Amino acid sequence: MRWLGALAVLVLLALPAVLGSYATTILILVFFYGFLGQAWNIVGGYAGQLSVGHAAFVGIGGYTAAMLSLEWGITPWIGMFVGGALAAVLGAVIGYLGFRFGLRGFYFVLLTVAFAEICRIAVSNVDAVGGALGLYITFTGDPRQFQFQDGRVYYYIALALMLAATGVVALLERRRFGIYLAAIREDESAAEALGVDTFKYKMLAMVVSSFLTGLGGTFYAFYLFSLQPNAMFGIPLSVEIILRPIVGGAGTLLGPILGSFMLTPLGELSRLYFGQGGHHGLHLVAYGVLLIAVVLFLPQGAYPYLRRFFVGSRP
Amino acid sequence: MLLLQGALSGVLFGGVYSLMAVGLTLIFGVMRVVNFAHGDMMVWGMYLAFLLATGAGVDPYLAFVVCAAALFVLGFAVQRALVDRILAAPHEMQILLMLGVALVLENLALVAFGPEPTRVRSPLSEATIWLGPVFVDVARLVAFGVASALTLALYLFLFRTDLGRTMRAAADNTYGALVIGTDVRRVYAVAFGVGAACVGAAGALVAPILPFQPPTGLSLSVTSFNIVIIGGMGSLLGAFVGGLLVSVAESLGAVFLKPSLKELFSFSLLILILLVRPAGLFGRRAS
Repeated sequence: MRWLGALAVLVLLALPAVLGSYATTILILVFFYGFLGQAWNIVGGYAGQLSVGHAAFVGIGGYTAAMLSLEWGITPWIGMFVGGALAAVLGAVIGYLGFRFGLRGFYFVLLTVAFAEICRIAVSNVDAVGGALGLYITFTGDPRQFQFQDGRVYYYIALALMLAATGVVALLERRRFGIYLAAIREDESAAEALGVDTFKYKMLAMVVSSFLTGLGGTFYAFYLFSLQPNAMFGIPLSVEIILRPIVGGAGTLLGPILGSFMLTPLGELSRLYFGQGGHHGLHLVAYGVLLIAVVLFLPQGAYPYLRRFFVGSRP
Repeated sequence: MLLLQGALSGVLFGGVYSLMAVGLTLIFGVMRVVNFAHGDMMVWGMYLAFLLATGAGVDPYLAFVVCAAALFVLGFAVQRALVDRILAAPHEMQILLMLGVALVLENLALVAFGPEPTRVRSPLSEATIWLGPVFVDVARLVAFGVASALTLALYLFLFRTDLGRTMRAAADNTYGALVIGTDVRRVYAVAFGVGAACVGAAGALVAPILPFQPPTGLSLSVTSFNIVIIGGMGSLLGAFVGGLLVSVAESLGAVFLKPSLKELFSFSLLILILLVRPAGLFGRRAS
C-alpha cells in the first residue's frame, strides 16, 4: 500500500511535463478541492460534526491575505498563515458555541450556515474590503506575491497543499486524537462516559480544520485573482467542500482525494460542454443526484468499497 | 407612520411565511426530517405559477390550487422514493440526502428557466387601497387571506379528520401507531406531500409580489429554518406566529436598515435562539 502511494505521488509530480494546460488546470482544481475536502474531513468526517459553513474559512483566509498584500504589501506567503490563524479563531468561536451549547445534527448545521452567511453579508457591506463587488488582484507574475507566469507552479502548490493536509490527517488518524474523534462520531455519550474530553477534541478538530481551510483561501484568491463575497463565503462553496469527502468516503484518509478525482473533472467537463448552451446548472444537478445515490447506496462513500475490492479485506 | 406601514406590510407578507414554515414544521414533526429542499420546492411552485400565467393565462391567485397539487405529488414521490429509505439513518445522512434533493431541484430550475429574475404579472398586483395614512397592497392582502385560510384548513385537517389524527398519532408515537394498524409509510408520504403542497401554494401566492430566480430557493429555505427554530421545531402554532414575527422584523428592518443588513439581523437572531432557547418559543423540548 505504501509503495503504491509513493508511486502515485511520483506520477502526479511528473504529470505536468506531459499534460496540456487544460488538463493541468483540471488537476489543480482536483488537488485544491481535495485539499479543502481533506481539511473538512477532520471535523466533518472523523469527528462527525457536519459543518456546512466551511466557506467562511476560505473567505476569511483569502480576504486576509489579499488585504494584507494590497494594503500593506505583506507577501501572501505570510498572509496565508495570518489568514489561516484568523480562520482558526472563527472556527474556535463557532466550535465553542456549538459544542458548549450542545448543538447537534441539524442545529449544528444551522449554526455553521448562519456564521458563514453573517460573514458573507458583513464582507459584502464593508466597502473597505471591496463590498459586494469584491477585490481584484492585479497580475504581476511576481513569485513573492504568490503569482506565477507558469501555471505549473500552481499545480505543485495545490498538490503540496493536498499532500500536506493528507499528511496531517494521517498523523492525527494514528494517534489517540484520531481514535477519540472516531469514538465521538460513533457514540458521543459513550465516548464521554469512557472519559474522553469530547469538548476538547471536537474543538481541536474544528481549529485544525478551519486553519487548513483558511490556508486554502489564499490559494483560491491568488489563483483566481479575484475575491467575491458570494463565491468565497456562500453556501454553494460550503456544499462543494462537503460533497467530495462524502462521495469519496468521509472519515477515511483517502476519501476526500478520491472524491475530488471523481467529482471535479465531472464538474469541469460538464461546465465546458454544457456551459455555453446556457445549461449552467447541469453539473450541479449531477452532483445532487450523485449525493443522493451515495447516501442511499454507499453511505460510507466510495473508498471503503474500492479498498475492499483491491485489498480484499473489510476496512 | 413609516413604522406602521412597515409593520402592516410585514404582517400581510407574513401569512405566506407562516404557510411555508407550517409545511416545514409538519414534515419535521411527523418524521423528524428537515426538508432542506423546502425553499427550492417553493421556487418550483413559483415557476409553475409563472408557466400557468404565461402559457394558459391563469391568474396566480387561482393557480395556487394547481401548484399545491403538483407539489403534493412531488413531495409524496420524494418521500416514497428517497426519504422513506433513510428514516432510521443518522441525522447527518438525512441532511445530506435533502441537500442532494435541493441541489437537483435548484439547478434543474436553473437549466429550465435560466438565471434571470422572473416575476408573474397579476392584475391584482398593481392595485392598492388607502386606509387613512397607510396603504395596503391588494396582492399582499389577498396572499395573506389565502395563506391564512390554507393554514387554518391544514389545522382543521390535522385536528378534525381521521387522516389528520392518524398523522399526529404517527408523529407522537410511531410504534404505537403501527401497533393499532396505521399504515405509517402512507401517512409519512402524505405528510411530506402536504408539507410540500404548503410551499407550492405559498410559492404561487408570492410569485406576483416577489421577483424570483433559482437561487431564491436557498434563501427561502434558510428563512423557513429561521422561522421554525424561532417558533419551535414541530410546533404548528410556533411556525404560524414565527412566520408573522420574522416577516414583520424583516419588513421593519428594510425600513430602517439597508436590505442586506436585515439578513444580518435575522441570522444573528437565529444564532441567539439556537444558543439560548433551541426549543424555540413554542417548542416543548430541545433536540
